[in-house]
Amino acid sequence: MIIGLFHYLAVAAALFTIGVLGIFVNRKNVIVILMSIELILLGVTINLVAFSTFLHDVVGQIYALFVLTVAAAEAAVGLAILVTFHRVRGNIAVDDASVMKG
Amino acid sequence: MTAPTAQILSLPELILAFSAVALLIWGAFQKRPSILLSAAAVGALIAAAIVAATGPLGRAFDGGLIVDAGAVFSKVVIYLTSAVAIPLTDQWFKRRGVTRFEFPVLVILAALGMGMMVSAGDLIALYISIELQSLALYVLAASQTDNEKSSEAGLKYFVLGALSSGILLYGASLIYGFAGSTRFDLIAASMTNGAGPGALFGLVFLICGIAFKVSAAPFHMWTPDVYEGAPTPIVGFFAGAPKLAAMVLLARVLTEAFGGAVEQWRQVLVAMALISVGVGAFAGLAQKDLKRLWAYSSIAGIGYALTGLAAGGVAGIQSMLMFVVLYVVDVTGFFACLTALTRDGKPMQTFDDFAGLARERPAMAIALTFFALSALGLPPFSGLWAKYYVFKAALGAGLAPIAVAALVGSVVAAFYYLKLIKLMWFDPSPGPTDTPTRAASLVTYAAAFFAFPGVLVALIYLDPLAYAAAMALTAR
Repeated sequence: MIIGLFHYLAVAAALFTIGVLGIFVNRKNVIVILMSIELILLGVTINLVAFSTFLHDVVGQIYALFVLTVAAAEAAVGLAILVTFHRVRGNIAVDDASVMKG
Repeated sequence: MTAPTAQILSLPELILAFSAVALLIWGAFQKRPSILLSAAAVGALIAAAIVAATGPLGRAFDGGLIVDAGAVFSKVVIYLTSAVAIPLTDQWFKRRGVTRFEFPVLVILAALGMGMMVSAGDLIALYISIELQSLALYVLAASQTDNEKSSEAGLKYFVLGALSSGILLYGASLIYGFAGSTRFDLIAASMTNGAGPGALFGLVFLICGIAFKVSAAPFHMWTPDVYEGAPTPIVGFFAGAPKLAAMVLLARVLTEAFGGAVEQWRQVLVAMALISVGVGAFAGLAQKDLKRLWAYSSIAGIGYALTGLAAGGVAGIQSMLMFVVLYVVDVTGFFACLTALTRDGKPMQTFDDFAGLARERPAMAIALTFFALSALGLPPFSGLWAKYYVFKAALGAGLAPIAVAALVGSVVAAFYYLKLIKLMWFDPSPGPTDTPTRAASLVTYAAAFFAFPGVLVALIYLDPLAYAAAMALTAR
């Protein structure tokens, strides 16, 4: 079997979907949400690199590098916010983040 | 004469980037917190606005940075409203015994991100600028670290913001793959024979991602919580300038990259506009907290702006720009007023807190009345002119049913604006309020003066500028 562009796109779409579901279905821990966000971004990275190879165009790979860098910054900011949340609240359960309704 | 170089075209952004780094170093090494640092930050933002207004126009970085009349118009508004946010934040936190030099730096970084958003001409620039803006705003929302609500607001804003960035990025990757380029002009060139299903699929994801950022319904669920929890002056900041930046970015993507697929994206925008106006009007009726209420009010406002954008063409884009700019001044003034007012050191947020304000602080009550009437769209306040432009553009583009539906939404929303006014002027007051902070009251009065009568003069200048900006944004 030859692995073509479609297979890469399918894997990326699956990762993206798992990530999105992970944010909405998960009711336990905020760390899991951070992991889901990483999954989404990595799914997109696979997409970009697959397209880049398929199109013989290097811009997609440069884009992927930017995405990886931003993902690292995003995780750092997210964890920092999580630390302040934990300091005030004493835990990081998703269900407890509901002082305000909605 | 040679074309302006990339360095000259990006000078406003360079000023902001270097001053952010310099101020961060200054702040880290200073012995005690100094007001000079904030003053320098305000100076840097104003300098960037002046340089942007007087600088040359052109394209740089292989099409990644577009400096046209549309970008310049938005940049000046964005940098000036960001400059206003700094003294408000400083004084508000000082009252609560917190002095941190990071706030001005974060505001500058957010402003830098927004300035890049309105100039983005490439999917990479689009993503990087949105993230630069968002990351700074997440931290600002969570910046009252001893407050439960603020950290919860920061967490919710972060999670949903990161999700929306992911959706936007997925759309961008599909557009890149199916159109073969990240540059807006080359994307448009690849679609001369109509957009393929892959690129349209990507565009829908991209629009959804940006809709999250501007809090258009049905992607608005984070807005009320974040507005309620985040520190008030910060809310005033991110209820204003980021909306303008994201709307201009959306307009640029839709007209420059997807100008050939108008019929496809117009349906999406119309649907979002109608849902936003409906949600803003009806969900607002149930609110007791003014910050939450104004979150719904801003959702409805984005609905009107999207109606203008859906109308398309020069008139549509101009109406969107006029609406958002007038709205930004209004909302900045409103949140400055909430920033200024406290009772026994506690912030005033609920409807009950504002009962009888007319006897306690008549000037503030008049200003709040102006903002409420302006948001309602009553003549002759600025909100009326904003809606006038939108309805005119919608009617001109044959979207009359949508204009009527938006008008009905305004009538429903009138209930809560008038309720606030009735409470302030006719109900008994629960007790005296504290002396308002100086910067916040100044901003409140200035914005109230702008709402009426200043807007009548401002329109003379804003109308041709917004027209030129719309011309530049629709030119291909």
